[in-house]
Amino acid sequence: MTLREPPLSDLHADRGATFTDFGGWEMPVEFDSIREEHAAVRESAGRFDVSHMGEITVSGPDAVRLTNRLVTNDVSDLDPGGGVYAGITDADGVLLDDTVVYRLPEAREDEILFVPNAGHDAEMHDRWIDHRDEWGLDATVTNRTGEFAMIAVQGPDAPDLVAAESAADVTDLGRFEVADAAVAGVDCLIARTGYTGEDGFELLAPWDDAETVWTALECQPCGLGARDTLRLEMGFLLSGQDFHHAEDPRNPYEAGIEFVVDLDTEFVGRDALEGVDVEGVEERLTGVELVDRGVPREGYAVTAPDGTELGEITSGTMSPTLGEGIGLAYLPTEYRSDESVRVVVRGEPKKARTTVPPFLDR
Amino acid sequence: MSFEIPDDLRYLDSHEWVQVEDGTARIGISDFAQDELGDVVFVDVPDEGASVTAGADFGVVESIKAVSDIYAPVSGTVTAVNDTLADAPELLNDDPYGEGWLIEVELDDEAELEELLSADEYADQIA
Repeated sequence: MTLREPPLSDLHADRGATFTDFGGWEMPVEFDSIREEHAAVRESAGRFDVSHMGEITVSGPDAVRLTNRLVTNDVSDLDPGGGVYAGITDADGVLLDDTVVYRLPEAREDEILFVPNAGHDAEMHDRWIDHRDEWGLDATVTNRTGEFAMIAVQGPDAPDLVAAESAADVTDLGRFEVADAAVAGVDCLIARTGYTGEDGFELLAPWDDAETVWTALECQPCGLGARDTLRLEMGFLLSGQDFHHAEDPRNPYEAGIEFVVDLDTEFVGRDALEGVDVEGVEERLTGVELVDRGVPREGYAVTAPDGTELGEITSGTMSPTLGEGIGLAYLPTEYRSDESVRVVVRGEPKKARTTVPPFLDR
Repeated sequence: MSFEIPDDLRYLDSHEWVQVEDGTARIGISDFAQDELGDVVFVDVPDEGASVTAGADFGVVESIKAVSDIYAPVSGTVTAVNDTLADAPELLNDDPYGEGWLIEVELDDEAELEELLSADEYADQIA
């Protein structure tokens, strides 16, 4: 298998980036140091090449209807230029992926764009096509992942930085809103979204013009390493890691994103999730903060103080902002917050406390 | 990128260095190793009095992104541990051959030093 590369690979390599395989893409993981990149986003601004994220457009008379029946949230009442976070579930209510769904701005307001995670674009494209055909709906579904670069600019200074390069006043955009704007002279779609807990934008630029946009938005370049520590401090889910359809099947209630489930709409998985909503869940994705020194890592066991196994870490790191080990784990619901647990690090139980994410107030 | 490789140290191919003075060996990780690891956040090494064996792992260095075993270049008994690393693990990044040293060991057998790489040999290996 050949790894897919973002359009700016050579530029990143020249800048000294190291790369990693992520979701079938060879992506920059670190430019300078995770700590420096992380701090830049929390304190000023950082830019990320996240061109591995998928882009799928759905157009035609049934574009909204089709999408609304395939995602957990209600997208039927989005205004033009509006967006919403949603899960994509199977008939059992198990998460296949999570995504942001946008209704495009005026002039293309009947068109839907959604952003599946890296490596899920082909699968989600096929899913939309299969259900369109099964339901006899009239919509055109196009996987445009190879047409767009995605650049995220995040941090308290991001609005001024992006506004300075934009023809439109992007600081007017509300959370999750999307607009057309020329940035550095390049026609982009720009959304007030992100994956860091900071203010900022995600820009979709034509693949071949990505370098112009990236170069104009001068600030600390950041890799997937800092992206991971930033999202983990906020407790944001990583598809494939904090839930995985085959290896760790979870529904949105277990994953702690029941707020994206709108049972008043008809979607695949709705009936199963209505049952979950009534009966509750046995386990929930729970924040774990180490009291002892140590770093929780994926796969480490989480136990009760008496050693009874409760679950395992799905994502963990040393929080650069807090200076302590943090992680996420599916634990029995009675452990949801402020309970004493242990994280087993190389055979040694380390003291930890549970908490409801985010780990960081934002 | 070029890495600092002091001439007066001996090296393991797994990127540890050793500096010997009066039968005592100070052990750390190389500039190359700290750069590969990235931001070091945690160091776990044996206490004074423990023994380490040449070629065997004796502890771990954790960066934000990875956990790495560290291997003993020589065999011996631990006589000192760099306690400052507990609160300042970043010294491994900032000064890997100086303030970022890990442990000191009383050598069992100085002949083991002959098995280690010279600075030139180590430089060739990471080139």
